[in-house]
Amino acid sequence: MATTKHIVIIGNGIAGITAARHIRKRSDHRITVISAESDHFFSRTVLMYIYMGHMKYEHTKPYEDWFWEKNRIELKRAYVQKVNPDSHSIELDDGSSMNYDELIIATGSKPNKFGWKGQELKGVQGLYGLQDLELMEESTKGISKAVVVGGGLIGIEMAEMLRSRGFEVTMLVRETSFWNTVLPKEESELINRHIRSHKVDLRLATELDEILGDENGKVRAVRTRSGEEIPCQFVGLTVGVSPNVSFMKDAGIDIDKGILVDGELRTNVPNIYALGDCAQLRNPKPNRKPIEAVWYAGKMMGETVAATICGQPTDYDPGIWFNSAKFFDIEYQTYGTVLPELKENEDSILWDGNDGKRCLRIVFDRNSKAVLGFNAFGIRLRHEVCDAWIRNGATISEVISNLDKANFDPEFFKKFEKEVQLQTTI
Amino acid sequence: MSKEGFSISLVNPHAPGLDWIQKIGIAVASLGLLSMVVGATGPANQDPSFYFWTGVFASIVGFLIYIVRTFSGKTESGNNHHIFNSSLMARGVAGWAFGIFLTAFYILLYWGSDSFWNNSGLVSMFHPVSEGLFGFYADKWFLYGFVYTISVLVMGVRAIIKYRHSNYQVIRTCSVMFFQLGFAFLIPMFLKAMSQPEYYFSYFWPLDYDLLWPNSVDGMMNAGTIGLWMLIVSALLTFVVTPILTYFFGKRWYCSWVCGCGGLANTAGDPFRQLSDKSLKAWKVERWMIHSVLLFITLLTILLWVNSYLEGGIFGSVSHELTKAYAFLIGQAFAGVIGVGFYPLLGTRIWCRFGCPMAAYLGLLQKYFSRFRITTNGGQCISCGNCSTYCEMGIDVKSYAQRGENIVRASCVGCGICSTVCPRGVLNLENGPTHTDRENNNPITFGNEGVGLRGFN
Ligand SMILES: Cc1cc2nc3c(=O)[nH]c(=O)nc-3n(C[C@H](O)[C@H](O)[C@H](O)COP(=O)(O)OP(=O)(O)OC[C@H]3O[C@@H](n4cnc5c(N)ncnc54)[C@H](O)[C@@H]3O)c2cc1C
Ligand code: SF4
Ligand code: SF4
Repeated sequence: MATTKHIVIIGNGIAGITAARHIRKRSDHRITVISAESDHFFSRTVLMYIYMGHMKYEHTKPYEDWFWEKNRIELKRAYVQKVNPDSHSIELDDGSSMNYDELIIATGSKPNKFGWKGQELKGVQGLYGLQDLELMEESTKGISKAVVVGGGLIGIEMAEMLRSRGFEVTMLVRETSFWNTVLPKEESELINRHIRSHKVDLRLATELDEILGDENGKVRAVRTRSGEEIPCQFVGLTVGVSPNVSFMKDAGIDIDKGILVDGELRTNVPNIYALGDCAQLRNPKPNRKPIEAVWYAGKMMGETVAATICGQPTDYDPGIWFNSAKFFDIEYQTYGTVLPELKENEDSILWDGNDGKRCLRIVFDRNSKAVLGFNAFGIRLRHEVCDAWIRNGATISEVISNLDKANFDPEFFKKFEKEVQLQTTI
Repeated sequence: MSKEGFSISLVNPHAPGLDWIQKIGIAVASLGLLSMVVGATGPANQDPSFYFWTGVFASIVGFLIYIVRTFSGKTESGNNHHIFNSSLMARGVAGWAFGIFLTAFYILLYWGSDSFWNNSGLVSMFHPVSEGLFGFYADKWFLYGFVYTISVLVMGVRAIIKYRHSNYQVIRTCSVMFFQLGFAFLIPMFLKAMSQPEYYFSYFWPLDYDLLWPNSVDGMMNAGTIGLWMLIVSALLTFVVTPILTYFFGKRWYCSWVCGCGGLANTAGDPFRQLSDKSLKAWKVERWMIHSVLLFITLLTILLWVNSYLEGGIFGSVSHELTKAYAFLIGQAFAGVIGVGFYPLLGTRIWCRFGCPMAAYLGLLQKYFSRFRITTNGGQCISCGNCSTYCEMGIDVKSYAQRGENIVRASCVGCGICSTVCPRGVLNLENGPTHTDRENNNPITFGNEGVGLRGFN
């Protein structure tokens, strides 16, 4: 048997925990997970549901509490202050230190703050962790008006959270249409309309200038670039996240925006790996970004690094892009590449369910007719089928005539395939 | 203070309040209740049943006003808003009070004396209905059947409004309402009115545990052709129809489309479905309990037949004691008192999950010989836990979904709620082409080519 090593993982999010689980599956190494936020792994994507009362914190733990001991994954609640690669050790905020043979850094992100005036006022915050959620619960007691700054996925979730409590919500979005840096025009407009149908005052092409406070240091309003003042008692700042790497600054590890890693998720320092939101790939695969701060990327990186550490060096290759989200009532799934603006060689068909909730876009190559990507709104597509079509270069006509194979909607749901087929033959 | 110390107070002080239409609904329903009490307990000396039935009508109308208003102001993403901030739905004071009230009702129903019930005033309120419709005097069982059916119908309307965006839920709810009203109420009552055996086509052995016992079989044989016919139908339902339908559709065809216990759970019990215990421990207990009940009722049935063949022979009194014990412990205490009384405390399907021998039988068929499975959609699960939280059978659905594994569980009643509440479109109830291709154990996230991709490596 190979000698057992002590593997230390910083961060108990999806990336760190997936790595720990898969290392345990593959080996007998001693595994320690250190994290500052919570004793146990919970699903970060679910913060909104706790606030809205769909679930309690304990429902959001993917594994029961006995799981860790049974699988010999040691958990430690502490903040790592320093990494000392020379002595293969880390320093914790309780004054202790710990030695490692291999170190995995999976410290996630932190919410962006762009140095706005008034961003430190009471009632102004981002949303990333449990402590933010607790703070939000406190800060929204007894309020009636809130402003959300930022038009991304967390912004819309925050708007939904605030609406669930019946507050008036204004959403300031810098872009001319919601999330149009990612979504094509029609999809983005569909979501604009849907957000407004949920009585959110969506202000497009509107930028925050300053957050105004009262004499007690509490927020009382925001001012936009155009000079308009919007009264409110709570401001959510959801203008993206960036890698949480500041504590690593002088450890000799190469950092750009995130911790730079090679294909096997190794940093420039031997025996130190980085994954999840905090990692930045030096050479991302074609059509992929160097930092992908999404759940699935963290999960796949965890699986990959486990293979590498357990003696099977493996290149991180997340295959064909997929992602999903939910905008109030509208589920969104995407597979492959759908850019906000089609490229020269691309064409697409767009089906609109005409109910303000459903639409489907399929992008394909003008010349080869090979399908490149799917955007589905309000309908569910089968991941496996879409993935295979894109991978194997299925043609658009092949895809359209076999669309029912990709339908993942529940039984008795209104079918869309016929309409799509009809539309494309006209 | 514990480090984890993270919890949000149970009763949220600032959940949005009620609007005036909701308030009117509640006011009308409350006046209705008051009027029912006035009618049933006697202060009204002229025509008490007028007060009672006006009250019943008003409560239903008031409740429906409240429900329609509540859910029409919400879209599907709002269906579960503030459930865990609610005292009634999250085991707060109101939940406990309601649980105690329901439990007390069932205790009185099963074990309260007939004279108590007949003199209670409540049963007499039902005489006009039972006489008018069926020509016999009401007793506590008529009252129970009536209240049960009304609960399924009224709360069924609530479920339809709440889940109106999901055709699966709407059609399924209509189905349980139909079977409850027709097969579990009107037909048996008409049969009784015509002095025929009071037969429930939607319940059969082993749920209707004494249906195939020697005494009942004799009883049905003595009732002439119709009795014989009922007997044949019962046996066919248990031994032929059940395995066939379960092979094609899973146990859901019965548990979530036909059965009255399931019907009550999915209508009246819907507000409490999230209270089921999801722990591995509970699953262990469940497997022991439910299979023991099935084993017990099977052995008991065989024993009774042997005994009857031997004309009392060796088992004489023992078998009689055993049937009494089963009826008391399982048929009444478990199925009724705990099964429904504890809705607000332990969730809606305690009986279906821990006690029902029919569910155990269907479950074995489902697990080993059925095309049914819940498919998980590639790598899309975000481990949010909505599916597990709202699974009334306490299945930890996400533990499968996050590994990309299909869910093939004996206890799954196919209610479809996990699929309905999943925010990422991960779960789908499917009847696949065969029963051999259901399990796909794949610990790697779908699409992760570096490590290996299901179907492509
Ligand atoms: C509100 C919200 C909703 C989201 N919804 C989605 C979604 O729907 N789909 C999707 O794909 N993605 C979503 N994301 C993004 C997704 O949650 C992240 O990409 C993912 O959780 C990142 O996982 P991770 O393991 O890299 O880091 P994290 O989950 O951030 O875990 C890192 C942990 O390390 C701890 N830590 C950091 N520094 C230290 C230190 N020095 N010492 C000790 N501990 C430390 C942190 O406290 C944290 O607990 C969402 C994010 C948020 C905030
Ligand atoms: S697993 Fe899903 S379909 Fe099965 S009982 Fe649970 S919620 Fe219902
Ligand atoms: S509800 Fe859906 S996304 Fe959430 S844990 Fe269940 S399967 Fe996964």
